[in-house]
Amino acid sequence: MTGAAVSFEGITCTFAARGGGSYTAVRDVSLSVDEGEFVSVVGPTGCGKSTLLNVAAGLLRPSEGTLRVFGEPLAGINRRAGYMFQTDALLPWRNALENVTAGLEFRGVPGGESTRRAQEWLARVGLEGFEDRYPHQLSGGMRKRVALAQMLILDPQILLMDEPFSALDIQTRQLMENELLELWSANRKSVIFITHDLEEAISLSDRVVVLSAGPATRPIGEFTIDLARPRDVAETRLQPRFLELHDRIWHSMKEEVLKGYAQTRNRMVAA
Amino acid sequence: MKRLWIWQVLLLVAIFAFWQLATDPELIPPFVWAENASRAAFFFGEPRKIFAVIWEWFTGGTIYKHLWVTLQETALAFVIGATLGLAVGLWLGLSPMASALFDPYITALNAMPRVVLAPIFMVWFGLGIWSKVALGVTLVFFIVFFNVYQGVKEVSPVVLNNAVMLGANRKQLLRHVYLPSATSWLFSSLHTSVGMAFVGAVVGEYLGSASGVGYLIQQAEGAFDINTVFAGILVLTVFALVVDFVVGRVERRLLVWRPGRSETIEL
Repeated sequence: MTGAAVSFEGITCTFAARGGGSYTAVRDVSLSVDEGEFVSVVGPTGCGKSTLLNVAAGLLRPSEGTLRVFGEPLAGINRRAGYMFQTDALLPWRNALENVTAGLEFRGVPGGESTRRAQEWLARVGLEGFEDRYPHQLSGGMRKRVALAQMLILDPQILLMDEPFSALDIQTRQLMENELLELWSANRKSVIFITHDLEEAISLSDRVVVLSAGPATRPIGEFTIDLARPRDVAETRLQPRFLELHDRIWHSMKEEVLKGYAQTRNRMVAA
Repeated sequence: MKRLWIWQVLLLVAIFAFWQLATDPELIPPFVWAENASRAAFFFGEPRKIFAVIWEWFTGGTIYKHLWVTLQETALAFVIGATLGLAVGLWLGLSPMASALFDPYITALNAMPRVVLAPIFMVWFGLGIWSKVALGVTLVFFIVFFNVYQGVKEVSPVVLNNAVMLGANRKQLLRHVYLPSATSWLFSSLHTSVGMAFVGAVVGEYLGSASGVGYLIQQAEGAFDINTVFAGILVLTVFALVVDFVVGRVERRLLVWRPGRSETIEL
Protein backbone atom coordinates (compact mmCIF):
# COMPACT_ATOMS: atom_id res chain seq x y z
CA MET A 1 0.00 0.00 0.00
CA THR A 2 1.62 3.19 -1.15
CA GLY A 3 -0.60 6.04 -0.08
CA ALA A 4 -4.04 7.14 -1.15
CA ALA A 5 -5.47 6.51 -4.59
CA VAL A 6 -8.25 9.00 -4.02
CA SER A 7 -8.45 11.53 -1.24
CA PHE A 8 -11.21 13.98 -0.51
CA GLU A 9 -9.88 16.99 1.37
CA GLY A 10 -12.54 19.21 2.92
CA ILE A 11 -14.95 18.74 0.02
CA THR A 12 -18.10 20.85 0.15
CA CYS A 13 -20.71 20.88 -2.62
CA THR A 14 -23.31 23.62 -2.63
CA PHE A 15 -25.94 23.80 -5.37
CA ALA A 16 -28.15 26.72 -6.32
CA ALA A 17 -31.62 25.72 -5.25
CA ARG A 18 -34.65 26.22 -7.46
CA GLY A 19 -36.34 29.50 -6.66
CA GLY A 20 -33.27 31.12 -5.09
CA GLY A 21 -31.16 30.19 -2.10
CA SER A 22 -28.73 27.31 -1.99
CA TYR A 23 -28.54 23.71 -0.92
CA THR A 24 -25.45 22.13 0.55
CA ALA A 25 -25.42 18.45 -0.34
CA VAL A 26 -22.12 17.50 1.29
CA ARG A 27 -20.11 19.55 3.75
CA ASP A 28 -16.45 19.31 4.63
CA VAL A 29 -15.90 15.68 3.69
CA SER A 30 -12.43 14.30 4.18
CA LEU A 31 -11.91 10.71 3.21
CA SER A 32 -9.20 8.74 1.57
CA VAL A 33 -9.11 5.42 -0.23
CA ASP A 34 -5.85 3.50 -0.43
CA GLU A 35 -4.48 1.80 -3.46
CA GLY A 36 -6.14 -1.57 -3.85
CA GLU A 37 -8.66 -0.90 -1.10
CA PHE A 38 -12.36 -1.64 -1.38
CA VAL A 39 -14.32 1.05 0.44
CA SER A 40 -18.09 1.14 0.68
CA VAL A 41 -19.96 4.30 1.47
CA VAL A 42 -23.35 3.80 3.07
CA GLY A 43 -25.91 6.36 4.11
CA PRO A 44 -29.61 7.08 4.15
CA THR A 45 -31.34 7.81 0.85
CA GLY A 46 -30.86 11.27 -0.58
CA CYS A 47 -27.77 12.02 1.48
CA GLY A 48 -25.45 13.04 -1.33
CA LYS A 49 -23.56 9.79 -1.84
CA SER A 50 -23.68 10.16 -5.59
CA THR A 51 -22.45 13.73 -5.30
CA LEU A 52 -19.24 12.48 -3.70
CA LEU A 53 -18.75 9.94 -6.45
CA ASN A 54 -19.29 12.54 -9.15
CA VAL A 55 -16.65 14.69 -7.50
CA ALA A 56 -14.23 11.76 -7.53
CA ALA A 57 -15.02 11.18 -11.21
CA GLY A 58 -14.41 14.82 -12.06
CA LEU A 59 -17.95 15.16 -13.42
CA LEU A 60 -18.71 17.67 -10.66
CA ARG A 61 -16.43 20.38 -9.33
CA PRO A 62 -16.62 20.82 -5.57
CA SER A 63 -17.53 24.28 -4.25
CA GLU A 64 -14.71 23.98 -1.75
CA GLY A 65 -11.91 21.57 -1.03
CA THR A 66 -9.53 19.53 -3.15
CA LEU A 67 -9.78 16.08 -4.61
CA ARG A 68 -6.46 14.33 -5.08
CA VAL A 69 -5.85 11.34 -7.29
CA PHE A 70 -2.58 9.60 -6.44
CA GLY A 71 -1.49 12.82 -4.78
CA GLU A 72 -2.27 15.12 -7.70
CA PRO A 73 -5.14 17.62 -7.48
CA LEU A 74 -7.80 16.62 -10.02
CA ALA A 75 -8.56 19.00 -12.87
CA GLY A 76 -11.26 17.97 -15.31
CA ILE A 77 -12.33 14.37 -15.80
CA ASN A 78 -10.60 11.70 -13.73
CA ARG A 79 -8.93 9.65 -16.48
CA ARG A 80 -7.76 6.97 -14.08
CA ALA A 81 -11.26 6.13 -12.92
CA GLY A 82 -13.98 3.89 -14.30
CA TYR A 83 -17.55 4.71 -13.36
CA MET A 84 -20.42 2.28 -13.06
CA PHE A 85 -23.75 4.07 -12.89
CA GLN A 86 -26.84 3.21 -10.92
CA THR A 87 -29.17 3.42 -13.90
CA ASP A 88 -28.60 1.99 -17.35
CA ALA A 89 -25.83 3.89 -19.01
CA LEU A 90 -25.08 1.68 -21.99
CA LEU A 91 -25.29 3.35 -25.38
CA PRO A 92 -28.67 2.00 -26.57
CA TRP A 93 -27.75 2.17 -30.29
CA ARG A 94 -24.73 -0.08 -29.85
CA ASN A 95 -24.87 -3.82 -29.30
CA ALA A 96 -23.12 -5.50 -26.37
CA LEU A 97 -19.80 -5.88 -28.20
CA GLU A 98 -19.81 -2.32 -29.50
CA ASN A 99 -20.63 -1.05 -26.03
CA VAL A 100 -17.62 -2.82 -24.57
CA THR A 101 -15.31 -1.58 -27.33
CA ALA A 102 -16.53 2.02 -26.96
CA GLY A 103 -13.82 3.12 -24.52
CA LEU A 104 -11.04 1.56 -26.59
CA GLU A 105 -12.48 3.15 -29.71
CA PHE A 106 -12.44 6.58 -28.05
CA ARG A 107 -8.78 6.00 -27.23
CA GLY A 108 -7.96 5.13 -30.82
CA VAL A 109 -7.26 1.42 -30.33
CA PRO A 110 -7.51 -0.32 -33.76
CA GLY A 111 -10.81 -2.14 -34.44
CA GLY A 112 -9.49 -5.69 -34.68
CA GLU A 113 -7.65 -5.56 -31.39
CA SER A 114 -10.47 -3.87 -29.49
CA THR A 115 -12.97 -6.43 -30.80
CA ARG A 116 -10.75 -9.29 -29.68
CA ARG A 117 -10.29 -7.80 -26.23
CA ALA A 118 -14.00 -7.03 -25.91
CA GLN A 119 -14.90 -10.62 -26.79
CA GLU A 120 -12.52 -11.77 -24.07
CA TRP A 121 -14.15 -9.47 -21.56
CA LEU A 122 -17.67 -10.47 -22.54
CA ALA A 123 -16.65 -14.10 -22.02
CA ARG A 124 -15.16 -13.21 -18.65
CA VAL A 125 -18.46 -11.70 -17.46
CA GLY A 126 -20.35 -14.70 -18.83
CA LEU A 127 -21.87 -13.15 -21.92
CA GLU A 128 -20.31 -15.22 -24.67
CA GLY A 129 -22.71 -15.44 -27.58
CA PHE A 130 -24.55 -12.26 -26.66
CA GLU A 131 -22.21 -9.97 -28.62
CA ASP A 132 -24.81 -8.78 -31.11
CA ARG A 133 -27.64 -8.14 -28.66
CA TYR A 134 -28.76 -4.58 -28.11
CA PRO A 135 -29.19 -3.37 -24.51
CA HIS A 136 -33.00 -3.60 -24.66
CA GLN A 137 -32.69 -7.26 -25.63
CA LEU A 138 -30.67 -8.07 -22.49
CA SER A 139 -31.96 -8.62 -18.98
CA GLY A 140 -31.11 -6.19 -16.17
CA GLY A 141 -28.34 -8.45 -14.86
CA MET A 142 -26.85 -8.91 -18.33
CA ARG A 143 -26.82 -5.16 -18.89
CA LYS A 144 -24.89 -4.76 -15.64
CA ARG A 145 -22.38 -7.35 -16.84
CA VAL A 146 -21.91 -5.44 -20.08
CA ALA A 147 -21.44 -2.24 -18.07
CA LEU A 148 -18.88 -4.00 -15.88
CA ALA A 149 -16.95 -5.24 -18.93
CA GLN A 150 -17.25 -1.81 -20.53
CA MET A 151 -15.57 -0.26 -17.50
CA LEU A 152 -12.97 -2.94 -16.76
CA ILE A 153 -11.66 -3.31 -20.32
CA LEU A 154 -10.03 0.11 -19.91
CA ASP A 155 -8.18 -1.19 -16.85
CA PRO A 156 -8.86 1.86 -14.66
CA GLN A 157 -6.92 2.14 -11.41
CA ILE A 158 -9.95 3.41 -9.54
CA LEU A 159 -13.45 1.98 -9.75
CA LEU A 160 -16.33 4.25 -8.84
CA MET A 161 -19.56 2.31 -8.38
CA ASP A 162 -22.86 4.03 -7.66
CA GLU A 163 -25.31 1.45 -6.32
CA PRO A 164 -24.59 -0.60 -9.43
CA PHE A 165 -26.67 -3.61 -8.43
CA SER A 166 -29.54 -1.91 -6.63
CA ALA A 167 -31.99 -2.53 -9.46
CA LEU A 168 -31.35 -6.28 -9.57
CA ASP A 169 -33.25 -9.05 -7.83
CA ILE A 170 -31.53 -10.57 -4.81
CA GLN A 171 -30.19 -13.75 -6.46
CA THR A 172 -28.79 -11.96 -9.50
CA ARG A 173 -27.38 -9.39 -7.17
CA GLN A 174 -25.42 -11.88 -5.06
CA LEU A 175 -24.11 -13.51 -8.22
CA MET A 176 -22.92 -10.16 -9.52
CA GLU A 177 -21.36 -9.28 -6.16
CA ASN A 178 -19.40 -12.52 -6.12
CA GLU A 179 -18.26 -11.95 -9.68
CA LEU A 180 -17.20 -8.43 -8.84
CA LEU A 181 -15.17 -9.70 -5.88
CA GLU A 182 -13.53 -12.34 -8.06
CA LEU A 183 -12.59 -9.86 -10.79
CA TRP A 184 -11.40 -7.39 -8.19
CA SER A 185 -9.22 -9.86 -6.28
CA ALA A 186 -7.55 -10.97 -9.52
CA ASN A 187 -6.35 -7.42 -10.09
CA ARG A 188 -6.80 -5.20 -7.08
CA LYS A 189 -8.04 -1.73 -7.85
CA SER A 190 -9.17 0.96 -5.51
CA VAL A 191 -12.93 0.83 -5.26
CA ILE A 192 -15.42 3.33 -3.95
CA PHE A 193 -18.71 1.48 -3.76
CA ILE A 194 -21.81 3.48 -2.95
CA THR A 195 -24.78 1.61 -1.55
CA HIS A 196 -27.68 1.99 0.83
CA ASP A 197 -27.54 -1.70 1.63
CA LEU A 198 -25.42 -2.27 4.71
CA GLU A 199 -25.14 -6.04 4.19
CA GLU A 200 -23.85 -5.53 0.68
CA ALA A 201 -21.34 -2.98 1.98
CA ILE A 202 -19.98 -5.26 4.71
CA SER A 203 -19.77 -8.38 2.60
CA LEU A 204 -17.82 -6.66 -0.16
CA SER A 205 -15.53 -4.18 1.54
CA ASP A 206 -12.32 -3.67 3.45
CA ARG A 207 -13.79 -0.58 5.04
CA VAL A 208 -17.26 0.89 5.43
CA VAL A 209 -17.83 4.61 5.74
CA VAL A 210 -21.15 5.79 7.16
CA LEU A 211 -22.56 9.12 6.07
CA SER A 212 -24.97 11.31 7.99
CA ALA A 213 -28.42 12.19 6.66
CA GLY A 214 -28.55 15.12 4.25
CA PRO A 215 -28.37 18.05 3.79
CA ALA A 216 -24.73 18.85 4.56
CA THR A 217 -23.77 15.20 4.65
CA ARG A 218 -20.48 14.20 6.23
CA PRO A 219 -18.91 10.92 7.33
CA ILE A 220 -19.89 9.98 10.87
CA GLY A 221 -18.17 6.66 11.24
CA GLU A 222 -15.62 4.35 9.70
CA PHE A 223 -15.44 0.62 10.26
CA THR A 224 -12.71 -1.77 9.19
CA ILE A 225 -14.15 -5.05 7.97
CA ASP A 226 -11.76 -7.78 9.05
CA LEU A 227 -13.57 -10.69 7.45
CA ALA A 228 -11.33 -13.19 5.69
CA ARG A 229 -11.00 -13.16 1.91
CA PRO A 230 -11.84 -14.69 -0.49
CA ARG A 231 -15.45 -14.28 0.48
CA ASP A 232 -18.71 -15.60 -0.76
CA VAL A 233 -21.24 -12.85 -0.16
CA ALA A 234 -24.04 -15.24 0.77
CA GLU A 235 -21.93 -17.31 3.18
CA THR A 236 -20.15 -14.34 4.73
CA ARG A 237 -23.51 -13.08 5.92
CA LEU A 238 -23.87 -16.07 8.22
CA GLN A 239 -20.60 -15.58 10.08
CA PRO A 240 -20.83 -14.34 13.71
CA ARG A 241 -18.25 -11.63 13.01
CA PHE A 242 -20.44 -10.34 10.17
CA LEU A 243 -23.43 -10.08 12.47
CA GLU A 244 -21.36 -8.33 15.09
CA LEU A 245 -20.08 -5.75 12.59
CA HIS A 246 -23.54 -5.33 11.14
CA ASP A 247 -24.93 -4.67 14.59
CA ARG A 248 -22.29 -2.06 15.43
CA ILE A 249 -22.57 -0.19 12.13
CA TRP A 250 -26.34 -0.32 12.15
CA HIS A 251 -26.42 1.25 15.62
CA SER A 252 -24.31 4.15 14.43
CA MET A 253 -26.52 4.56 11.35
CA LYS A 254 -29.96 4.09 12.82
CA GLU A 255 -30.45 7.60 14.04
CA GLU A 256 -29.35 9.05 10.72
CA VAL A 257 -31.59 6.73 8.76
CA LEU A 258 -34.56 7.80 10.85
CA LYS A 259 -33.59 11.44 10.38
CA GLY A 260 -33.32 10.93 6.63
CA TYR A 261 -36.64 9.15 6.56
CA ALA A 262 -38.36 11.91 8.51
CA GLN A 263 -36.95 14.53 6.15
CA THR A 264 -38.06 12.67 3.06
CA ARG A 265 -41.51 12.27 4.55
CA ASN A 266 -41.71 15.95 5.50
CA ARG A 267 -40.62 16.92 2.01
CA MET A 268 -43.34 14.74 0.56
CA VAL A 269 -45.94 16.20 2.88
CA ALA A 270 -44.78 19.73 2.04
CA ALA A 271 -44.91 18.93 -1.66
CA MET B 1 -58.17 -11.02 -37.13
CA LYS B 2 -56.04 -12.91 -39.63
CA ARG B 3 -58.49 -12.18 -42.40
CA LEU B 4 -58.47 -8.46 -41.70
CA TRP B 5 -57.22 -7.59 -45.18
CA ILE B 6 -60.23 -9.31 -46.76
CA TRP B 7 -62.57 -7.05 -44.81
CA GLN B 8 -60.47 -4.04 -45.67
CA VAL B 9 -60.73 -4.86 -49.40
CA LEU B 10 -64.46 -5.53 -49.08
CA LEU B 11 -64.95 -2.15 -47.42
CA LEU B 12 -63.09 -0.47 -50.27
CA VAL B 13 -65.22 -2.26 -52.87
CA ALA B 14 -68.37 -1.29 -50.97
CA ILE B 15 -67.37 2.37 -50.93
CA PHE B 16 -66.73 2.40 -54.67
CA ALA B 17 -69.94 0.48 -55.36
CA PHE B 18 -71.98 2.97 -53.37
CA TRP B 19 -70.21 5.82 -55.13
CA GLN B 20 -70.99 4.34 -58.55
CA LEU B 21 -74.58 3.69 -57.57
CA ALA B 22 -75.14 7.22 -56.29
CA THR B 23 -73.59 9.02 -59.23
CA ASP B 24 -74.49 6.88 -62.24
CA PRO B 25 -77.21 8.67 -64.27
CA GLU B 26 -78.86 5.38 -65.30
CA LEU B 27 -78.59 2.85 -62.48
CA ILE B 28 -81.12 4.36 -60.07
CA PRO B 29 -83.48 7.31 -60.50
CA PRO B 30 -81.84 10.62 -59.40
CA PHE B 31 -83.02 11.62 -55.92
CA VAL B 32 -81.30 14.93 -55.20
CA TRP B 33 -81.14 16.56 -58.60
CA ALA B 34 -84.32 15.10 -60.03
CA GLU B 35 -84.32 17.53 -62.96
CA ASN B 36 -80.88 16.49 -64.23
CA ALA B 37 -79.71 12.90 -63.91
CA SER B 38 -76.06 13.55 -64.80
CA ARG B 39 -75.51 16.36 -62.31
CA ALA B 40 -74.33 14.02 -59.53
CA ALA B 41 -71.72 12.61 -61.89
CA PHE B 42 -70.67 16.17 -62.78
CA PHE B 43 -69.93 17.04 -59.15
CA PHE B 44 -68.66 13.73 -57.79
CA GLY B 45 -67.37 11.83 -60.80
CA GLU B 46 -68.09 8.22 -61.62
CA PRO B 47 -65.76 5.47 -60.37
CA ARG B 48 -66.18 3.57 -63.64
CA LYS B 49 -64.90 6.53 -65.63
CA ILE B 50 -62.27 7.35 -63.04
CA PHE B 51 -60.79 3.87 -63.35
CA ALA B 52 -61.00 4.16 -67.12
CA VAL B 53 -58.85 7.31 -66.91
CA ILE B 54 -56.36 5.58 -64.62
CA TRP B 55 -56.25 2.54 -66.92
CA GLU B 56 -55.64 4.83 -69.86
CA TRP B 57 -52.83 6.61 -67.97
CA PHE B 58 -50.99 3.45 -67.08
CA THR B 59 -51.50 1.49 -70.30
CA GLY B 60 -50.88 4.55 -72.46
CA GLY B 61 -47.79 5.31 -70.37
CA THR B 62 -48.52 9.04 -69.98
CA ILE B 63 -48.58 8.89 -66.18
CA TYR B 64 -45.05 7.58 -65.59
CA LYS B 65 -43.36 10.82 -66.55
CA HIS B 66 -45.52 12.76 -64.10
CA LEU B 67 -45.11 10.25 -61.30
CA TRP B 68 -41.36 10.28 -61.79
CA VAL B 69 -41.29 14.09 -61.52
CA THR B 70 -43.35 14.02 -58.32
CA LEU B 71 -41.17 11.27 -56.86
CA GLN B 72 -38.00 13.20 -57.68
CA GLU B 73 -39.35 16.35 -56.06
CA THR B 74 -40.44 14.44 -52.96
CA ALA B 75 -37.10 12.66 -52.58
CA LEU B 76 -35.02 15.78 -53.13
CA ALA B 77 -37.16 17.86 -50.77
CA PHE B 78 -36.86 15.19 -48.10
CA VAL B 79 -33.11 14.67 -48.42
CA ILE B 80 -32.23 18.37 -48.53
CA GLY B 81 -34.73 19.33 -45.82
CA ALA B 82 -33.68 16.50 -43.52
CA THR B 83 -29.96 17.24 -43.94
CA LEU B 84 -30.47 20.93 -43.20
CA GLY B 85 -32.76 20.15 -40.28
CA LEU B 86 -30.27 17.68 -38.84
CA ALA B 87 -27.34 20.09 -39.14
CA VAL B 88 -29.16 23.11 -37.73
CA GLY B 89 -30.85 21.01 -35.03
CA LEU B 90 -27.51 19.64 -33.84
CA TRP B 91 -25.92 23.06 -33.95
CA LEU B 92 -28.65 24.87 -32.01
CA GLY B 93 -29.10 21.94 -29.64
CA LEU B 94 -25.45 22.04 -28.66
CA SER B 95 -25.02 25.80 -28.58
CA PRO B 96 -27.25 27.52 -26.02
CA MET B 97 -26.07 30.95 -27.24
CA ALA B 98 -27.14 30.34 -30.84
CA SER B 99 -30.38 28.72 -29.81
CA ALA B 100 -31.30 31.67 -27.56
CA LEU B 101 -30.45 34.09 -30.37
CA PHE B 102 -32.44 32.32 -33.09
CA ASP B 103 -35.36 31.15 -30.98
CA PRO B 104 -37.89 33.88 -31.94
CA TYR B 105 -36.95 33.60 -35.62
CA ILE B 106 -37.42 29.85 -35.66
CA THR B 107 -40.80 30.21 -33.95
CA ALA B 108 -41.90 32.91 -36.40
CA LEU B 109 -40.75 30.97 -39.49
CA ASN B 110 -42.44 27.83 -38.27
CA ALA B 111 -45.71 29.63 -37.54
CA MET B 112 -45.75 31.24 -40.99
CA PRO B 113 -47.89 29.31 -43.52
CA ARG B 114 -45.13 28.28 -45.94
CA VAL B 115 -47.46 27.65 -48.85
CA VAL B 116 -47.53 31.43 -49.43
CA LEU B 117 -43.84 31.16 -50.29
CA ALA B 118 -44.66 29.09 -53.38
CA PRO B 119 -45.05 32.10 -55.72
CA ILE B 120 -41.75 33.51 -54.49
CA PHE B 121 -39.99 30.18 -55.10
CA MET B 122 -41.46 30.12 -58.58
CA VAL B 123 -39.94 33.50 -59.29
CA TRP B 124 -36.61 32.39 -57.86
CA PHE B 125 -36.34 28.86 -59.18
CA GLY B 126 -38.66 28.84 -62.20
CA LEU B 127 -41.45 26.43 -63.08
CA GLY B 128 -39.22 23.31 -63.03
CA ILE B 129 -38.80 20.91 -60.16
CA TRP B 130 -36.63 23.14 -57.98
CA SER B 131 -39.39 25.53 -56.91
CA LYS B 132 -41.37 22.49 -55.68
CA VAL B 133 -38.30 21.08 -53.97
CA ALA B 134 -37.79 24.41 -52.22
CA LEU B 135 -41.37 24.42 -50.96
CA GLY B 136 -41.00 20.83 -49.71
CA VAL B 137 -37.72 21.71 -48.00
CA THR B 138 -39.34 24.50 -45.99
CA LEU B 139 -41.95 22.02 -44.78
CA VAL B 140 -39.56 19.14 -44.03
CA PHE B 141 -36.88 21.29 -42.45
CA PHE B 142 -38.92 22.36 -39.45
CA ILE B 143 -40.22 18.90 -38.61
CA VAL B 144 -36.73 17.43 -38.70
CA PHE B 145 -35.21 20.43 -36.99
CA PHE B 146 -37.57 20.32 -34.01
CA ASN B 147 -37.17 16.57 -33.63
CA VAL B 148 -33.38 16.66 -33.78
CA TYR B 149 -33.23 19.64 -31.43
CA GLN B 150 -35.39 17.72 -28.98
CA GLY B 151 -33.24 14.62 -29.50
CA VAL B 152 -30.10 16.53 -28.59
CA LYS B 153 -31.73 18.13 -25.55
CA GLU B 154 -33.03 14.80 -24.29
CA VAL B 155 -29.88 12.75 -24.52
CA SER B 156 -29.84 10.85 -21.24
CA PRO B 157 -27.36 12.60 -18.92
CA VAL B 158 -26.29 9.20 -17.59
CA VAL B 159 -25.41 7.91 -21.05
CA LEU B 160 -23.59 11.15 -21.72
CA ASN B 161 -21.62 10.95 -18.46
CA ASN B 162 -20.82 7.33 -19.19
CA ALA B 163 -19.37 8.23 -22.59
CA VAL B 164 -17.37 11.02 -20.96
CA MET B 165 -16.00 8.62 -18.35
CA LEU B 166 -15.11 6.14 -21.09
CA GLY B 167 -12.89 8.86 -22.50
CA ALA B 168 -14.94 10.43 -25.30
CA ASN B 169 -13.82 13.90 -26.32
CA ARG B 170 -16.20 16.57 -27.64
CA LYS B 171 -16.02 15.40 -31.23
CA GLN B 172 -16.55 11.76 -30.23
CA LEU B 173 -19.53 12.74 -28.07
CA LEU B 174 -21.06 14.43 -31.10
CA ARG B 175 -20.36 11.46 -33.36
CA HIS B 176 -21.22 8.63 -30.95
CA VAL B 177 -23.85 10.07 -28.61
CA TYR B 178 -25.58 13.18 -29.96
CA LEU B 179 -25.77 12.10 -33.58
CA PRO B 180 -27.26 8.62 -32.97
CA SER B 181 -29.73 10.07 -30.50
CA ALA B 182 -30.70 12.85 -32.89
CA THR B 183 -31.04 10.51 -35.88
CA SER B 184 -33.31 8.22 -33.89
CA TRP B 185 -35.63 11.17 -33.41
CA LEU B 186 -35.21 12.00 -37.07
CA PHE B 187 -36.36 8.51 -38.02
CA SER B 188 -39.30 8.61 -35.69
CA SER B 189 -40.49 11.67 -37.62
CA LEU B 190 -39.74 9.99 -40.94
CA HIS B 191 -43.36 9.30 -41.85
CA THR B 192 -44.42 12.87 -41.15
CA SER B 193 -41.48 14.46 -42.92
CA VAL B 194 -41.70 12.29 -46.03
CA GLY B 195 -45.42 13.07 -46.09
CA MET B 196 -44.62 16.77 -45.89
CA ALA B 197 -42.10 16.53 -48.72
CA PHE B 198 -44.87 14.95 -50.78
CA VAL B 199 -47.34 17.71 -49.86
CA GLY B 200 -44.77 20.33 -50.86
CA ALA B 201 -44.21 18.67 -54.23
CA VAL B 202 -47.90 18.27 -55.09
CA VAL B 203 -48.99 21.71 -53.87
CA GLY B 204 -46.08 23.26 -55.77
CA GLU B 205 -47.10 21.45 -58.94
CA TYR B 206 -50.70 22.46 -58.49
CA LEU B 207 -49.77 26.13 -58.16
CA GLY B 208 -47.72 26.23 -61.32
CA SER B 209 -45.76 23.69 -63.32
CA ALA B 210 -45.58 21.81 -66.59
CA SER B 211 -45.44 18.26 -65.23
CA GLY B 212 -46.16 16.13 -62.18
CA VAL B 213 -49.36 14.59 -60.85
CA GLY B 214 -50.36 17.90 -59.24
CA TYR B 215 -50.14 19.47 -62.69
CA LEU B 216 -52.46 16.81 -64.15
CA ILE B 217 -55.04 17.53 -61.48
CA GLN B 218 -54.80 21.26 -62.03
CA GLN B 219 -55.24 20.86 -65.81
CA ALA B 220 -58.25 18.59 -65.43
CA GLU B 221 -59.83 20.97 -62.96
CA GLY B 222 -59.46 23.81 -65.46
CA ALA B 223 -61.53 21.75 -67.92
CA PHE B 224 -64.16 20.74 -65.30
CA ASP B 225 -63.09 17.13 -65.89
CA ILE B 226 -63.96 15.85 -62.43
CA ASN B 227 -63.21 12.22 -63.28
CA THR B 228 -59.60 13.03 -64.13
CA VAL B 229 -59.26 15.09 -60.93
CA PHE B 230 -60.40 12.09 -58.89
CA ALA B 231 -58.16 9.80 -60.90
CA GLY B 232 -55.19 12.04 -60.03
CA ILE B 233 -56.19 12.03 -56.36
CA LEU B 234 -56.45 8.23 -56.32
CA VAL B 235 -53.06 7.81 -57.99
CA LEU B 236 -51.51 10.23 -55.49
CA THR B 237 -53.08 8.36 -52.58
CA VAL B 238 -51.76 5.00 -53.72
CA PHE B 239 -48.39 6.58 -54.41
CA ALA B 240 -48.33 8.01 -50.87
CA LEU B 241 -49.21 4.59 -49.44
CA VAL B 242 -46.35 2.96 -51.35
CA VAL B 243 -43.87 5.61 -50.20
CA ASP B 244 -45.08 5.22 -46.62
CA PHE B 245 -44.64 1.45 -46.83
CA VAL B 246 -41.07 1.85 -48.09
CA VAL B 247 -40.34 4.35 -45.31
CA GLY B 248 -41.68 1.88 -42.74
CA ARG B 249 -39.34 -0.80 -44.08
CA VAL B 250 -36.35 1.54 -43.96
CA GLU B 251 -37.26 2.60 -40.44
CA ARG B 252 -37.37 -1.00 -39.25
CA ARG B 253 -33.95 -1.67 -40.70
CA LEU B 254 -32.35 1.39 -39.16
CA LEU B 255 -33.85 1.26 -35.69
CA VAL B 256 -33.15 -2.35 -34.71
CA TRP B 257 -31.65 -1.14 -31.45
CA ARG B 258 -34.93 0.46 -30.40
CA PRO B 259 -36.99 -1.38 -27.82
CA GLY B 260 -40.70 -1.85 -28.34
CA ARG B 261 -41.24 -4.82 -30.64
CA SER B 262 -41.77 -8.11 -28.89
CA GLU B 263 -39.46 -10.84 -30.04
CA THR B 264 -41.52 -13.97 -29.63
CA ILE B 265 -42.54 -16.11 -32.57
CA GLU B 266 -45.54 -18.34 -33.03
CA LEU B 267 -44.75 -22.03 -32.71
